[in-house]
Amino acid sequence: MSTVQRNMSLTGEPPKTINTQQKLASAIGLIGLSVLFLALLNVNFPNKTLWLTASLIMIGGGTIWFSTAAYLNKHEGIKNDGVYFKSLTSKGFWAWVLGIILTLFYVVLYWFPQYLGLVKNGENKGIVALFDPLSKLLNGGPASQWFVYGTLYTLAILAFGIKFILKYRHNKYEKLRTYSVMFFQLGFAFLIPELMLRLNSESFSLPYYDLKNIWPLNYYNFEQYRVDQFISAGDIGLALLIFGIVSIFVITPILTYKYGKRWYCSWVCGCGGLAETAGDAFRHLSDKRQIAWKVERWVIHSVLVFVVLMTTAVVHSYLGDDSSKYWLTKDVFLISVAVILTAVFAGTFIFKKEELQKDARYGAIGYFVIIISLIGFHYFSGKTLFLFEAETLRKSYGFLIGAVFSGVIGVGFYPIFGSRVWCRFGCPMAAILGFQQRLFSRFRITTNGGQCISCGNCSTYCEMGIDVRAYAQKGENIVRSSCVGCGICSAVCPRGVLKLENGPLEKRIDSNEVLLGNDVDLMNYVNK
Amino acid sequence: MEHIVIIGNGIAGVTAARHIRKLSNKKITIISAEAGHFFSRTALMYVYMGHMRWRDIEPYESWFWEKNRLELKREYVETVDTNNKILHFKGGGSLSYDKLIIASGSVTNTFGWEGLELNGVQGLVTKQDLEKLEKNAPNNKECPRAVIVGGGLIGVEMAEMLRTRDIEATMLVREEGFWSNVLPKHDAEMISKHILSHGVDLRHNEELNKILGDGKGNVRAIVTKDGEEIPCCVVGITTGVKPQISFLKNSKIETDKGILVNRKLETNIEGVYAIGDCAQQRETIGNRPPVEAVWYTGRMMGETLAQTICGKPFEYNPGNWFNSAKFFDIEYQTYGWVFSESKLKDYEKQFHWKCASDLRCVTISYNKNSNEFLGINTFGIRMKHEVFDKWLNEKRSVGYVIENLKQANFDPEFYKKYEAEIQSIFFNQPVNV
Repeated sequence: MSTVQRNMSLTGEPPKTINTQQKLASAIGLIGLSVLFLALLNVNFPNKTLWLTASLIMIGGGTIWFSTAAYLNKHEGIKNDGVYFKSLTSKGFWAWVLGIILTLFYVVLYWFPQYLGLVKNGENKGIVALFDPLSKLLNGGPASQWFVYGTLYTLAILAFGIKFILKYRHNKYEKLRTYSVMFFQLGFAFLIPELMLRLNSESFSLPYYDLKNIWPLNYYNFEQYRVDQFISAGDIGLALLIFGIVSIFVITPILTYKYGKRWYCSWVCGCGGLAETAGDAFRHLSDKRQIAWKVERWVIHSVLVFVVLMTTAVVHSYLGDDSSKYWLTKDVFLISVAVILTAVFAGTFIFKKEELQKDARYGAIGYFVIIISLIGFHYFSGKTLFLFEAETLRKSYGFLIGAVFSGVIGVGFYPIFGSRVWCRFGCPMAAILGFQQRLFSRFRITTNGGQCISCGNCSTYCEMGIDVRAYAQKGENIVRSSCVGCGICSAVCPRGVLKLENGPLEKRIDSNEVLLGNDVDLMNYVNK
Repeated sequence: MEHIVIIGNGIAGVTAARHIRKLSNKKITIISAEAGHFFSRTALMYVYMGHMRWRDIEPYESWFWEKNRLELKREYVETVDTNNKILHFKGGGSLSYDKLIIASGSVTNTFGWEGLELNGVQGLVTKQDLEKLEKNAPNNKECPRAVIVGGGLIGVEMAEMLRTRDIEATMLVREEGFWSNVLPKHDAEMISKHILSHGVDLRHNEELNKILGDGKGNVRAIVTKDGEEIPCCVVGITTGVKPQISFLKNSKIETDKGILVNRKLETNIEGVYAIGDCAQQRETIGNRPPVEAVWYTGRMMGETLAQTICGKPFEYNPGNWFNSAKFFDIEYQTYGWVFSESKLKDYEKQFHWKCASDLRCVTISYNKNSNEFLGINTFGIRMKHEVFDKWLNEKRSVGYVIENLKQANFDPEFYKKYEAEIQSIFFNQPVNV
C-alpha cells in the first residue's frame, strides 16, 4: 500500500477547524511572537522589561486561550477529530513550514548565537538583550542564548501543558503527570539553577546544574571543569557531585524497578516534558512499522555505548597516575568501569537470557567485547584510550548527539517524525531506563482479557511508535523497553482494554494466544 | 498439500487463517472483494473522523501476509460448487479447494422501505460504505443534514461520525430509549441523554415510513410514521445486519437466516465450514441467539475452527457472554447476561447504581431466588474481564460480587473509585421479605 495515502477523502474536507475565539487567540500569540522576531532583527525596544513581559504573556496567554476555546465548549473525552485532515498535524504544508523554522532556530541557537544577539564580553544585542532584564532578576547577570532558550522552553511546557490538561481533563493520570512535568521544568530546570548562580562569588562557584538531569542525558556532568567546580565548592559541591552519582546507581534503579521508566520519562524529564506538551499534537506521526523498531534498537543502544566510552575517556583523561596522591587513579577507574560493565552483562545473561531477543544478545555481546577489549588494549599497551583523544570524543558526542540529535532532529522535526524521536532513537538515558524496565521492573501495560477490537487507536497515538495493538489483540501484557508510560494508549482505547500497572514480577509477560471467552478445554489444550 | 480456502477476510476468517498457519503447513488462500488487506471493521468510524488513516486500521503490515504464506485474492465469489470443490468468481476464473471456510460476514439489514435505491441511502458495514459516506457527506455544506434509521451500535457510531463534521443528525429510534431492546431502561435513558447532549436530534418512538427522492435519483427527505417530512442528503440504515449468503443460493449448502452449522462449525457438506457473522447455530448455546454478529464471537469461532481443521476436532463452546462498545464519551462493557425489560427472565432481578454526573452507571443482574450473580452492565467504569469470567464460572452470589467489586476495577491509576458508594447503596436496600 502506498505510504502517502492520508485518508479516504474523495471529495471530503473537514469542517472549519478554528472558531472566532481561536482566531483572536492566535492573533494575540502571534503579536507576542512578533515582538521576539523584531528583537531578533535588532529592533531596539526602549523598555525591555515591559516589552519582554508583554511578549511572553501574549504568547502564553494566546496559547491558553486558544486551548480553552478548542476544548472547554466540548464534552470531556478523547478529541482527535480531524487530526489527519489538518495540514499541521498530518505532515502537510504547515507542518513542513513549522519543521523548517524550528530546525533553523536550533541551528542558529547551537552554532550561530551571534545572530541572536549574543555578545561575548560586552552588551548583548537583539533577542538576547531583550531577555537581559529577566536574567538579571533571576541570576544577577546578563542573558545568554541558553537563557533565552530556557525561558521559551519553560513557557512552551507551561502553556502547552495547560492545553494538554484541558484536552485530557477527563483523565486524572494525564492531569497529574502534566502538573508534575510543568513543576519540574519550572522549578528544577529553570528557576533553581538560575537562583543557584546567584550564590556564586569569586571564592565559591557551582556549575549550572539541573538536578533532575541525570547522566547520561546530562553527559557533561563528569567533565573536568564541572568536577573541579563541585570539589572546590566545599560540602555543598561535594554533596551535589555525590547526588549525581547516587542518582545513576541507586535512585534511578529503585524508582524504575517500582514504577517503570515513566517516573522519569513522562513525569520529570524536560525533553519528555516538551514532547508531551508542545509535541502532543504530533504524537501520532511516530513510525509504527516493524522496520522502525529494528532501527530504533540499534541506534539507541549505539548512542548508549558511545556515551559510556566518551565519559570513560573524559574522566580518565584528567585522573592522575599516582595512587599516593589520591585513591582514584586512572587504573582504578578503568578497572572499576570494566567490573561494573562485566557485572551488568553477566547478570543479564545469567538471569534474563531468555527474555532477550536474538539480535539483542548479539548486539550486547558485540558491544561488550568492543568496550572491554578497548579498555584491556589501553591497559596493557598504554595507547590513547579508545584510540581517540578524549576531547575529540567529547566534542563529537556533543555535536552529533547533544546538538544535532536532541535539538535539531528531536524537536525541529516534531511535525514530521512525531514528538518523541529523540527519546525513542537517541536518548541514552531512555536506553538505560528501558533496559531496567524491560528486565527488572514491576511496570507493565495489562490487557483486559479478550476485549480488544484491533481498532488501532493505541498504536496510532503511541508517541514511542510501539505497536500496542499487536500485543493487545493477543491479550498479552505489554513490556517494552521504550514505553514511557504516558498512558495515552489506555486513554484513547474505545473499549477500555489497556491499563498501566505496577505489579508482581511473576506472570508479567502473560502470553497465550487464546483469549478469554472460549471454553476452558481449548485453553488448557493450547497452554500445554 | 491440503488447500484451505477462506471466503472473507474479516476477523473470523483472518483469525482462522492465522491459527491454521500456527498449527500447520497447509496452503491457505483468503478471498475478499472488499479490501486488499484485513482491517478492523469496528474502526471504520475513526477514518472518517480523521483519527486515523486507512492503513492505521489494518492490524498487519503488508509483509505479514507474504511472510506467513497467506495468499490474498481480490475476487467476488459467485457460486460454490461443492460437488467438485470449486469456487467460481464473478470476474471469471475459478479456484479449487480441499476445505472451505465461509466467513463472508454480513450486510445491512433493510425492511423494504420505499426509496432504498436512492443515492445517499446506505449502511455502514463495509469499506465501500465508508467510501460512500465520504462521498455522500463530505462536509456540512454538501450535506447539512442526515437521518439515521435505527439506534444500535452502528447508528450511534454514525451519529458520532457525522457530528465531527458538524452535520446535523436526526436519529429515529423505534423504542422509548436508545437500544432499549438490549439495555435495561435506566441504562438506555442515560445513553439517550448523552447522545442528545452531543447535539444529535434523537427521536424516540419514531419510525421510518418512506424515503423521498429529488427526481434525479438522490435522497431529498424522509417521511416518518407520524407523517413528518425531514429533509436530508444521507439516510443511514442502521437497523442491524444479516448474514451475507446470497452467493450460496444455488449451492447445496444449507442455509436459513445464515449458514446452518453444528457445534463443530460444520455445514451440511463435509469439508465446508462457516464462521463469524454469516454462521447460524443449529442448536442454541445458552442464552445466545443463533446468529451473533459480534467481533469477539467471530474471533472465537476462528480460533476453534483452526483446531478442528488441524486435526484436533473442537466444539465451538463460547464461555460467558461479554461485549463492549463506546457511545460518544461513555464506555460500555458487559459480562454475563443483563436483559432489557422486554426480555427479562422471571427469575431475574436487577440492581442499578448511577453516578451523580449521569455519565457512569452499573446494572447488576442476579437471580432473585438463589441470589446468584448473572451479569453486569457497566458504563463509564472499566472492569476486568478475567475477574467477572471467574466469578460467573464460580457462580458467585450477588453479595460477594458487590463486596469484592474493587478487585474487578480496571480504571486508570488515580481515578475516583465508586465501589464504596455502590456497596453502601446495595447493602442498605430495603429487604424484600
